[in-house]
Amino acid sequence: MKRISTMRIAATMAPVLLATLSVSAQSTAVKPANSTKPAAVQPWKKIVIPPLHAFKPAQPRRIELANGLVIFLQEDHELPFINGSILIRGGSRDEPAAKAGLVTMYGQTWRTSGTATENGDQLDDQMEAKAAQIETAGSVASTSVRWSSLKGDFDTVFAATVDVLLHPTFRADKLQLARRQMETAISRRNDDPGDISIREAIKLAYGADNPYARQPEYATVDAVTLEDLKAWHDRTVVPNNMIVAVSGDFNGASMEATLRKAFEPLARGEELKTAAIRFTDPKPGIHFAEKADVNQSNVLIVGLGTERSNPDYYALSVMNEVFSGGFGSRVVQNVRTKLGLAYEVGGAFGASYDHPGIFYVQAATKSATTVAATQALDAEIARLKTEPPTASELSKAKDQVLNSFIFHYDSPDKVLNEQVMLAFYGYPSDFLDKYKAGIEKVTSADVARVANKYVDQSKLATIVVGNEAEIAPKLDVLGKVTNLDITIPPPPAGAKE
Amino acid sequence: MRLKGGIAAVLALGIALGCAVKAQDLASFEKRTTVKVLPNGLTLIVCERPEAPVFSFYTLVDAGSANDPQGASGLAHMFEHMAFKGSAEIGTTNYLAEKVALAKVEIAYAAYDAEFRKRVGQSPAKLAELKKTFEDAQAAAQKYVIPNQFSEIAEENGAVGINASTGEDSTQYFWSMPSNRLELWAYLESQRIGHPVEREFYKERNVVQEERRMRVDSAPIGRMIEQFLAAAYVAHPYGRPGVGWESEISQVTATEAAAFHAKYYVPSNIVVAVVGDVKAAQAMPVLERYFDKIPAGPKPEPMTTIEPPQVAEKSVIIREATQPFYIEGYHRPDYRDPDDSTYDAIADIFSNGRTARLYRSLVRDQKIAAEAQGFTGFPGDKFPGLFAVYAVPLPGHTPEQMRDAIHKELDRWKDSDVTDAELERFKTRAKADLLRGLGNNEGLAHQLAEYQTRYGDWRELFRQLDRINAVSKADIRRVANKIFIDSNRTSARIEFVAQQKQTTSAMRSAPTPPAAEQNVGGAK
Repeated sequence: MKRISTMRIAATMAPVLLATLSVSAQSTAVKPANSTKPAAVQPWKKIVIPPLHAFKPAQPRRIELANGLVIFLQEDHELPFINGSILIRGGSRDEPAAKAGLVTMYGQTWRTSGTATENGDQLDDQMEAKAAQIETAGSVASTSVRWSSLKGDFDTVFAATVDVLLHPTFRADKLQLARRQMETAISRRNDDPGDISIREAIKLAYGADNPYARQPEYATVDAVTLEDLKAWHDRTVVPNNMIVAVSGDFNGASMEATLRKAFEPLARGEELKTAAIRFTDPKPGIHFAEKADVNQSNVLIVGLGTERSNPDYYALSVMNEVFSGGFGSRVVQNVRTKLGLAYEVGGAFGASYDHPGIFYVQAATKSATTVAATQALDAEIARLKTEPPTASELSKAKDQVLNSFIFHYDSPDKVLNEQVMLAFYGYPSDFLDKYKAGIEKVTSADVARVANKYVDQSKLATIVVGNEAEIAPKLDVLGKVTNLDITIPPPPAGAKE
Repeated sequence: MRLKGGIAAVLALGIALGCAVKAQDLASFEKRTTVKVLPNGLTLIVCERPEAPVFSFYTLVDAGSANDPQGASGLAHMFEHMAFKGSAEIGTTNYLAEKVALAKVEIAYAAYDAEFRKRVGQSPAKLAELKKTFEDAQAAAQKYVIPNQFSEIAEENGAVGINASTGEDSTQYFWSMPSNRLELWAYLESQRIGHPVEREFYKERNVVQEERRMRVDSAPIGRMIEQFLAAAYVAHPYGRPGVGWESEISQVTATEAAAFHAKYYVPSNIVVAVVGDVKAAQAMPVLERYFDKIPAGPKPEPMTTIEPPQVAEKSVIIREATQPFYIEGYHRPDYRDPDDSTYDAIADIFSNGRTARLYRSLVRDQKIAAEAQGFTGFPGDKFPGLFAVYAVPLPGHTPEQMRDAIHKELDRWKDSDVTDAELERFKTRAKADLLRGLGNNEGLAHQLAEYQTRYGDWRELFRQLDRINAVSKADIRRVANKIFIDSNRTSARIEFVAQQKQTTSAMRSAPTPPAAEQNVGGAK
């Protein structure tokens, strides 16, 4: 019953560029060649834009303990709440391939099991009676413990959070609950064509066995034991692997004292290092997965993206805006507005913090226009290299990034989260300032240069999920078609029930 | 421009309520919230929240898919898309010439459409010729278009989260912008709400059909929900899909969209809320200057149709190659009902968190479902909607088991009281949720516009807490006994059957016919 998000691919496929988080599902204009003369009046140009009120967002205070634990404190007295998070290095990219799903199951079982003092069900009762939350979760690069409560409940809720962090007791029944939910997700993963196309696209871009792409299977979730969860906890929950961030209605000095008291006694452990992961460019070609009960094809063209630390990140960000950053971008303008071929359309040259993002272009189009839409997307990719942004495209793209820049830091929580992410991935704390300055300097020639340097159609794969009987002309007019086998491997004999 | 498909969104609304803590009570909002009803009937709300130099707006038009005319389902949503196409001043190189060209498009389309719909004696040659004339007329009009100029102006000026949604009950437009663009926004918003031009209509109609294919035809849950609602309602438009039936959305015209606008987008049917770094004393005159110019019109007459009482249990069984699913719904009154908060209480205690009854029973203890929840006011609550409950079976378990387990839980509501802890948890959570919602411009603008529309006074956002606090155990039991009865139930389920190869010709004529079966049983 989840609401379908138009940004689902962006959300699934690695963080999109900072600046392209706004729109992906709408449309605009390269000025049409046939527009005979400029618009007559343009009354909006006469509206005075006063200077923006001066605003310097409060930065969180950073404290590093002797044992390596990093704390960020962000006071925000607007509402009587205190929220916190503990980010812990090590995520699904670090789990053994034979136990894919371990970190997700760990993230769930951790909280639902509870501690030696209070089991998970008791914790649920206690927290929900206060409209408070303590939740744990597993993610790609990290696991986390987060809490939130009215400030009056902080002492009890924080004490329970520390107990969950340090003294969990992983329980067999809760692991089994998590396992059964994983199995449900596995059994349902071929129901929705959009989900299939994104999953297969990531596998093609990164390689099926790449830790960022591999899927939990019945066999791998069956292989996860209570001992695995305990071992993961022991290995990762050490102070020099953790960043604690607290925001809300508190006094900074007394909060610091509380946190020091809770975390200073922890002994330094071994820092988690992610093993080197190999990335190879995908091979061109059409990869098709059949879904006989749909009347629309999900088309994705994917390749490897880049990292945010790349000096070309700024030029690539502007390229993204021109390419598919909003209503005015080329892909939306042409594939959606001009051709009317898709409602959902978008793309980006993705950049992640510490590994290549994914370059993707996507559209969902009726079966009969599958080939036409794919060709339209291909043409836009090719045009990136042959047609540098016009002066108008460039200024629109930069205005869009720069005039909305305030929305990177218009709330204390956004500022805090930004600093936590930068610290987690070892980026300088002034990254956002540099990003802004970098965008300001980008020229049309820069965009043309990075487009030619990074966009290579011989390293892009195309995925189509659709109803073959309805697709005409056939996909093979686009090139060699490989059928994807998306059959779900059955559970191993004697799987845990 | 997405369709509000949100069960979550529907759910969220009823539960957010008020409490008095610190500077976040009604009295503090009284001081920084200003309401003005313009002579043309449009309501403006300005709420000062100067945390950062930005603002968010929320324009709520009190008409949604439920107001789609008979035979033109999907029109409210189609118009919502058109509200991004500009005005007589935005998006055109020469409006006077374009206006003439657009009129020709409508004439050409009407001629084509008349031939197309002919049941007897349709001439293929004439149809092709009329189609060509229509396409030529579109091309002639297209010459004057500056595509997406409206959205481009917003984007270049730093707007983020540019979007809109069409629900059964209302249509809403929203984004956030740096606060020095307030006047520019007032201009843009008043233009597209007051003076839209239906340009590029027939291309956008194709886009909207793709949206339908994505959300409904090609999505198993979307297909099921469409059948579920169609079965649950016999008279009221809540039974029609908001995105429209394919045959209707593929035949609506720009003329119809303009008529919908003329009827429902009258100022007296619209509330605009602005929240952020704005001072009412300075902002209100600016807003007035632009929104005042929208011509007044008669407030649309309220709907006559009321869904008649359901007399027989109904069920939809879809057999297809999709993993199983179960949902059922019971008709309930609209949001003005004195028991409205009681329905919220039942939904919350049923569904919210890991202490919720459905989670503890079906997920934790019986271990038959991966997920189970109830929600109220679906697909809307302006008119009588459904209280619905769904469950996602674990592998090896069936929809029938979900149904039996849900019914046992429903009987508990009827046969015994909720505990003190359960009721208290609901009330505590309602207060906290309200407070949490006050800390961002987008959410606040939404809430203020919504409550102003629904109750004629945004203060109800806070005052509703009194009604929440008044909910008693007896109320819950009484309401449960009133609606959770067999003859008031509609259910839908998906039962997995392995893919059968269908013939190509069958697939062509009806691309996605889930093998749906509707049973109407006698009253029990």
